[in-house]
Amino acid sequence: MTEATLGLGGGGHWAASWRRLRGNRAAMAAIGVLAVLLVAAIVGPWLSPYAVDHVDWSLGALATAPSPAHAHWFGTDANGRDMFVRVWSGTRVSLLVAVLATVVSLAIGVAWGATAGYLGGRVDHWMMRFVDVLYALPYMFFVIILTVVFGRSLFLIFLAIGAVGWLTMARIVRGQALALRHREFIEAAIALGLPSRRIIARHIVPNVLGTVIVYATLTVPQVILFESFLSFLGLGVQEPLTSLGRLVAEGAQEMESAPWLLLVPSAVLAAVLLCLNFLGDGLRDALDPRQR
Amino acid sequence: MLSYALRRLLGVIPTLLIIVTAAFFIMRLAPGGPFDQEQTLPPQIAANLEAAYGLDQPMLVQYGHYLAGLLHGDLGPSFKYKDFRVSELIARGLPVTLTIGGLALLLSVALGVALGMAAALRHNAALDHLVMGVALSGIAVPNFVVAPVLALVFGVRLGWLPAAGWQAGRVAYLVLPVVTLALPFIAYLARLTRGSMLEVLQAPYLRAARAKGLGRGALLRRHALKPTLLPVVSFLGPAAAALLTGSLVVEQVFGLPGIGRYFVQGAVNRDYTLVMGMVIFYAALILLLNLAVDLVYGWLDPRIRHD
Repeated sequence: MTEATLGLGGGGHWAASWRRLRGNRAAMAAIGVLAVLLVAAIVGPWLSPYAVDHVDWSLGALATAPSPAHAHWFGTDANGRDMFVRVWSGTRVSLLVAVLATVVSLAIGVAWGATAGYLGGRVDHWMMRFVDVLYALPYMFFVIILTVVFGRSLFLIFLAIGAVGWLTMARIVRGQALALRHREFIEAAIALGLPSRRIIARHIVPNVLGTVIVYATLTVPQVILFESFLSFLGLGVQEPLTSLGRLVAEGAQEMESAPWLLLVPSAVLAAVLLCLNFLGDGLRDALDPRQR
Repeated sequence: MLSYALRRLLGVIPTLLIIVTAAFFIMRLAPGGPFDQEQTLPPQIAANLEAAYGLDQPMLVQYGHYLAGLLHGDLGPSFKYKDFRVSELIARGLPVTLTIGGLALLLSVALGVALGMAAALRHNAALDHLVMGVALSGIAVPNFVVAPVLALVFGVRLGWLPAAGWQAGRVAYLVLPVVTLALPFIAYLARLTRGSMLEVLQAPYLRAARAKGLGRGALLRRHALKPTLLPVVSFLGPAAAALLTGSLVVEQVFGLPGIGRYFVQGAVNRDYTLVMGMVIFYAALILLLNLAVDLVYGWLDPRIRHD
């Protein structure tokens, strides 16, 4: 076994983790594919001469298959709109929604969990009881009610998903904070007279960051899936905006006559989710080799 | 153990009460009402309808009435399905959902655990990579893609199985929905079991058992199986609740008369009582399943004591 695989190469925890991650071929391939998809999502819509909501009447038929005869590289959808533009702008929306929802849920979850775990005792008991109650309320119920209450703006959808998705994060962080609070460096901080808020922010949170990063990479695909489920129900993003889930749901209705409408967005969706999962697994192995 | 179970069972009641209260007021505070339609009703008819369902009374009075009904096991009348009580609606769809969900649960536990253990026992071999690759795709592809594709391929193109329908639960009609429902859970369980087993296999007590010459089969059955199942069991609580409350997508694609659709339809239609009924059903199920999980924990790992 070399030094690198043991994580003994020096340079501290993060450098060692990065070295372990670099040695993981699946995770590195996932990062590569994700980077390509990200670039495609950002510049893709500009590469085509068509707009997201432009209906191309010149083709004679509405759903046309991809063919070199025209500039619709992924064909057109049932309304005659260019699929290449729609797929990449859908990817853009899906990624945006997922990342923002994840950030919201992490912010709430980490703050809640770290506070409960660090303070312990009665505060911890009631804070976690609150989490338990929310856990038993079906997730779907909240999100549907919230999307119905606030209308279907994109911004509120991810806020809603994030606001509900923090429970698991709170539990994970709380467990870790509970273990940390009796460590020497925390006792030293208390002895120095630092206020609780500062101890939580400066000493507890940085020490749970590894777990948080791993969980975040696994939350993003979950949010994408959930957003696509909402779009499938017709509660997700609205026209003329689109998302991968919405495209897949629309494609599923036309799959017999126009299979490319299902296949192309499904392939992109699956690629994004697979890569994020591989990356999450790789990060877990890299940041916490004990749990391999 | 028994007193622990009883105490936990009693603890379910206040939790349920909080959940009922929260769901009741969240639902009511949402704008819109159950009688909103494309055409607005004449005000007198709307007022009569609201009076008939007690919606004209103050919120707190309505809440009191609802709780009083609950004590008698009455979930109230549905606002959208006229002439139906919510309990009737749930009782109608439940056999369908329980059949499909129960079979999917059995299938996913059997296959998921078996595949996960097989992968762990051949760690880093071809089989391991194959199982994990397939499991990842199982997680990555949403069920509203899997369901129509399965229906198209096996139902329409190959014609091996009926593409949709219930037909009083004839076996051929169950296959596709059960498989669709089980796939992601098989995938999760396989990954979970593999990870847990890999960890268990490295434990010193297993090395000791191996050193004293215990055969592979006995080693796995007597020492490795139970601790491997710990995280699997904790995942099974929420998984079973999800499967047994039904899936909107699977029911919609395969045309099944289950209860999965009530949730979303109820929330969109503001069918207050139907949503409440489903929330209570789901919450009670998840609380009881979590209790069951904790009890099974004690059996799997005697170090976990309940007292």
